Amino acid sequence: MSSSRCLCLALVGNPNCGKTSLFNALTGGKARVGNYPGVTVEKKEGVLVSASGLSLQLLDLPGAYSLDPRTPDEEITRSVLLEAQEKTPDLLIAVADANHLERTLGFILELKSLGKPMVLALNMMDLAQKRGFQIRLDLLSQELGMPVIPTVATKKEGLIELLKQLDENCLSLLSSQSSLSSSLSSPPSSSAAPSSQLRSNQDGDLSSLNASHTDQIRARFTEVDRILKQALLRAPSPALWSDRMDRVLLHPVYGSLILILIFGLLFQAVFSWAEMPKEWIEEGFHTLALTLGQWLPDGPLRSLIVDGVMTGVGSVLAFLPQILLLFSFILFLEDSGYLPRAAFMMDRVMGKVGLHGRAFIPLLSSFACAIPGIMATRTIENRRDRLTTILVAPLMTCSARLPIYTLLISAFIPNTQILGVFRLQGLVLLSLYVFGVFAALAVAFILKRVVFPGPRPALLLELPTYKWPSFKGIGIGLWERCQLFVKNAGTVILSITVILWFLSSYPKPPQGAEGPAIAYSFAGQIGHALEPLVAPIGFDWRIAVALIPGFAAREVMIGSLATVYAVEDQAQSLGVSQFLGERLSQQWSLATALSLIVWYVLACQCLSTLAVTRRETNSWKWPMVMLSYMTALAYASSYVTYHVAVGLGLG
Amino acid sequence: MNSSEVKPLGQLRRGGKGIISRLGTPEYSSEIIERLMQMGLLEGAQVEIMHEAPFGKDPIAVKVRGSLIALRRHEANAVEVMAHE
Repeated sequence: MSSSRCLCLALVGNPNCGKTSLFNALTGGKARVGNYPGVTVEKKEGVLVSASGLSLQLLDLPGAYSLDPRTPDEEITRSVLLEAQEKTPDLLIAVADANHLERTLGFILELKSLGKPMVLALNMMDLAQKRGFQIRLDLLSQELGMPVIPTVATKKEGLIELLKQLDENCLSLLSSQSSLSSSLSSPPSSSAAPSSQLRSNQDGDLSSLNASHTDQIRARFTEVDRILKQALLRAPSPALWSDRMDRVLLHPVYGSLILILIFGLLFQAVFSWAEMPKEWIEEGFHTLALTLGQWLPDGPLRSLIVDGVMTGVGSVLAFLPQILLLFSFILFLEDSGYLPRAAFMMDRVMGKVGLHGRAFIPLLSSFACAIPGIMATRTIENRRDRLTTILVAPLMTCSARLPIYTLLISAFIPNTQILGVFRLQGLVLLSLYVFGVFAALAVAFILKRVVFPGPRPALLLELPTYKWPSFKGIGIGLWERCQLFVKNAGTVILSITVILWFLSSYPKPPQGAEGPAIAYSFAGQIGHALEPLVAPIGFDWRIAVALIPGFAAREVMIGSLATVYAVEDQAQSLGVSQFLGERLSQQWSLATALSLIVWYVLACQCLSTLAVTRRETNSWKWPMVMLSYMTALAYASSYVTYHVAVGLGLG
Repeated sequence: MNSSEVKPLGQLRRGGKGIISRLGTPEYSSEIIERLMQMGLLEGAQVEIMHEAPFGKDPIAVKVRGSLIALRRHEANAVEVMAHE
């Protein structure tokens, strides 16, 4: 066995069959998460140790209903299983929900026709048994022609038996590999030999090329019925509690109210509960930076660490509370079985602009922040729908825009009363939110027609039986999300923050120079160079300069405006915002202010959004598309706003 | 018998049930038909409409082969059922 390479095992099964729980149980929750090259589908790999101590590689294949490539997930599963690759799985662990054998066994038979050694984990046995499910495992195994192990992945039941079985299969695989006499395609020499009847059936399926695809599916289901007729002693009784819950949760009135309540809670969580830990992190890093600053000698190194690196790390970590909270909700809803139901209820509404029902949560969370919102688009299976949702998510008004809106509105909009109850400032703020939503929906509408044309993908989704989510599983899922964000998006955010720091700090102003130091830096020079470009939308060089560091994060714009207008020193007593507001209202025309507000509604002033888009789409193409279309849209809208305002005499 | 007639599944209301008699009319792609079949919507299977989405009563959720499957009425119309009230 000197040439024995590491054997590779793959977990395959329908969505919602407990595949991920089994993966976590087998690998101890330690997975390497990445992406398949060129696509957005997540790749999960881990290592499992079999009963005799064999170290085996385990690949968690995306959930699929068939080997026909219809979703990116199914495409990956198909190509891993069918195409010759570096790591073609040597053995398949098929996972089937014991509660839904009538439907899932069809896919198991399809997998079997690939001719690879297979073991079937009959999962969620506890639930099935509670529902009176009884099956002759020996007969099932004999008829399917593969070992069948009952498991409860969430409670780690049946794992020892499964590991033993894997051992047996792997040892025989290794010995057949080393003897070189047999090829990989030979059936496993395991305890259960395939029944001759089934084999001839399968061979018939594969050889008769003229039999249509639908006939093959029919044949498989006929075979499923035949097998179950023999092996199944008692089918699980209907999941009454689940049906009862659906009677409320999918009720036309109560169901909608509960949906609104849950989404409201989710929005509240991301929008305000996350705010406090976010502030702690930011303040913690600010304090840390100040402390470090006292220790370090004055000079470029101190400036780099304090203003560059620490700010960068702080701003990366500051996203974590929002990401954690949003994904706690999403994973809980997904795991419990509610998320597909929410998509079912929202399908019609989102369909009006050509979006998928599942686009609702990502767009809603983008009101708080587009970062977790874009990460949440993973639940949308269709690639075109997912890209559309990612591209419009940053148009939803995120919480980082609020400080700028508040500053500009309080400085330029009179707080007059309207109709007795409303105040003009509040109405303007509300209209900015509405404007953002309208822009997002309009862009989605156009994208779906121009960039991603094609028929609306069919909605065909399983509404799984409700179950109590596994908190350990949610914990593992959250850990994976955070890791992905910090590792991939975080490094990009950090490096660009440092670059922006450099641009705003160097070169230093000459001795005896007047005005703020930033005016002499590269950022200042870029601002001056940009002036002819931004003049048509009413911006001067100062605004252009402030926009550059503001690209790191929208709210940074306030600080940079304060720097450019040199109000920091005088603002000690009044607070920067108030003083800055007064200064701006003296210097800017109303037209300029309105133009800047519109710019902030539409422009992609956020590098973290671009970084996370790169991470989620696995290419720089889509972040560039996002940046270009949003900049063009913002420029055009600001242009119109400015000129209309000037025309109305507000210049 | 007026208690049973062949109808497209998409035309049934909540609570409507029947046995699938035929799949696919020329206007539906074979891809849709195959996907419906893989979800268990096959000739001879019992179906029942369990839920209608709150807005516009579309999509619908049907129980078939022990699973609850959500689909739009448009696709459901590719499935003909012998409906019985």
